Amino acid sequence: MSTGTTFSAAGDIQGEERSALIDLLYRLGDDDLMIGHRNSEWTGLAPILEADIAFSSMAQDEIGRALSYYRMLHALGEPDPDTIAFTRAAAAYRCASLASLDRSDWAFSTVRQYFYDVATTRRLALMADSSYTPLSQFVRKVGGEQKYHMMHSRMWVVRLGKGTDESRLLMQQAVEKAYPHALGMFEATEWDAVIAGSGIGPCEADVEASWVEEVAEHLSASGLAVPTNVEPTYGGRCGRHPEELGCLLEEMQKVYKLEPSAPW
Amino acid sequence: MVRVSPTRGGQPGLRGDKPGDPGYEENLAAFESRVSRGDKVEPGDWMPDAYRQQLIRLIHVHANSEICGALPEGGWIPNAPSLKRKLALIAKVQDEVGHAQLLYRAAETLGKSREEMIEELISGKAKYSNVFHYHAETWADVATISWLIDAGAIVNQTMMAEGSYGPYARALKRICYEEAFHLTHGYDMCITLATGTKLQHDMLQDAVNRWWKPIMMFHGPGDKVSRHTDLLMRWRVKMKTNDEQRQQFLKQYMPKIYQLGLTVPDEWEMRFDEVEGVWRYREPDWDEFLHVVRGNGPASALRLRTRKMAHEDGAWVRRALQSAAGQSAVGESVAGAG
Ligand SMILES: [Fe+2]
Ligand SMILES: [Fe+2]
Repeated sequence: MSTGTTFSAAGDIQGEERSALIDLLYRLGDDDLMIGHRNSEWTGLAPILEADIAFSSMAQDEIGRALSYYRMLHALGEPDPDTIAFTRAAAAYRCASLASLDRSDWAFSTVRQYFYDVATTRRLALMADSSYTPLSQFVRKVGGEQKYHMMHSRMWVVRLGKGTDESRLLMQQAVEKAYPHALGMFEATEWDAVIAGSGIGPCEADVEASWVEEVAEHLSASGLAVPTNVEPTYGGRCGRHPEELGCLLEEMQKVYKLEPSAPW
Repeated sequence: MVRVSPTRGGQPGLRGDKPGDPGYEENLAAFESRVSRGDKVEPGDWMPDAYRQQLIRLIHVHANSEICGALPEGGWIPNAPSLKRKLALIAKVQDEVGHAQLLYRAAETLGKSREEMIEELISGKAKYSNVFHYHAETWADVATISWLIDAGAIVNQTMMAEGSYGPYARALKRICYEEAFHLTHGYDMCITLATGTKLQHDMLQDAVNRWWKPIMMFHGPGDKVSRHTDLLMRWRVKMKTNDEQRQQFLKQYMPKIYQLGLTVPDEWEMRFDEVEGVWRYREPDWDEFLHVVRGNGPASALRLRTRKMAHEDGAWVRRALQSAAGQSAVGESVAGAG
């Protein structure tokens, strides 16, 4: 496990630990940016006004976190946040496919958000004592908003899971569709051992184990079947993405690229 | 002060509130003297049916405008060119949706349900603001809408917030507070574009050129044409005429537009009359305005189609939430969230 060293600032972390941290921050930032982008596609179009407002709030929290992770990256010598967000080619992004898939329908968006929130909650909990101080400080700061996300997501899954036969069926289909991509969030990278060994963050298998357990329990409680023998959809963590990400990036970068060097 | 029992508050047409009904004249006199003193009218209070209907119409149109107003700008959220702008734009459009929610609620206090109002919007029966019948074609349109249309809305809503109907006035107070942020966000975007590269500046000028007509029409038909104004002013539903609002807007914003190095199209013959202290301009074509708000603007069909699709796609969700199981599941899930 952890070596017990604390890295209190960007200048204190070097070598493979620095590379591992950078990779981790790209994964965290890109996940949040993409799911935030997808959630914001519901702004003005959700099934009820209250849900519309809640989804917009979550989108802002997620994009806000992406910005914070990109700032940490910038402190580590990477480009500035907007350059990171708006100029890379698809293969340079490190988001899991769960985050970048089309928003699809409300059932899929709800299930995706729930799967994502469980993973995020677990991950944040395991990073609260990260040996990289800027990260542990940040994680403690967002704990409150994440609690709200989690409560909201759980509530929507149970409401629609138990609502009508129609809603249960749609939710079940969404669960089947999202589950392999959700497991893809835990794709181990070449940095897994370094991250866990240096105490920067958890190893992916640990996050996955606690995710699987919690999700199974809540799906069952919501009248939904838990998928079994699922082949995870990997690739996102090493830059192999579904086509949807390419379309998303084209949209996202469209205006920025009209004048890439000017402020907007 | 005449009050009816609160249980009857939501049932229009049952309380001698129409001309010719017994007691109508006395009630009307008491109502009008209250209103002229500046008292707020509350949902359970006696009010003339015509007042109720006018307010429902106004608040309904206003709520529809907020929800339709979310569409042209919301469509640009995926393209926002920086993380900061993306966050600000989501927050802004989210506020507009929140405004719709507040306003539908205010209208509901007068006896019309949200569901009914949304149905009338998507069937094309109910109107919404003229400006949202146009396309937002470029990013600069988003900046222009956030600045100048929100500015126009603030002129209107600050005035309406002093109106006589309590729930609407209170909703507007809160809305105006948020609109002030929208204006700042819009102005900031316009400054960035106006002082940016040639491409950015031209993009903004092009947006202002295209939006100027809808902006000049935004406060509604001129006082010579407007039908509703007299009664609405007497009942303090409205405190300024459409032309007065337009003048106030022009006095505040024409100088700022020029300051940014922008112009408005020549065909409007805008000039400031130093003697009278008012802006002169070519009168907008109010027939065209009416034609547009009746659903014949360039983006009218798209707006309704989008709203209708969102409404229909979400129908299964609303059915699930209304079902007994969906309702009771809420308590369980929150309890289990720890
Ligand atoms: Fe608004
Ligand atoms: Fe606004």
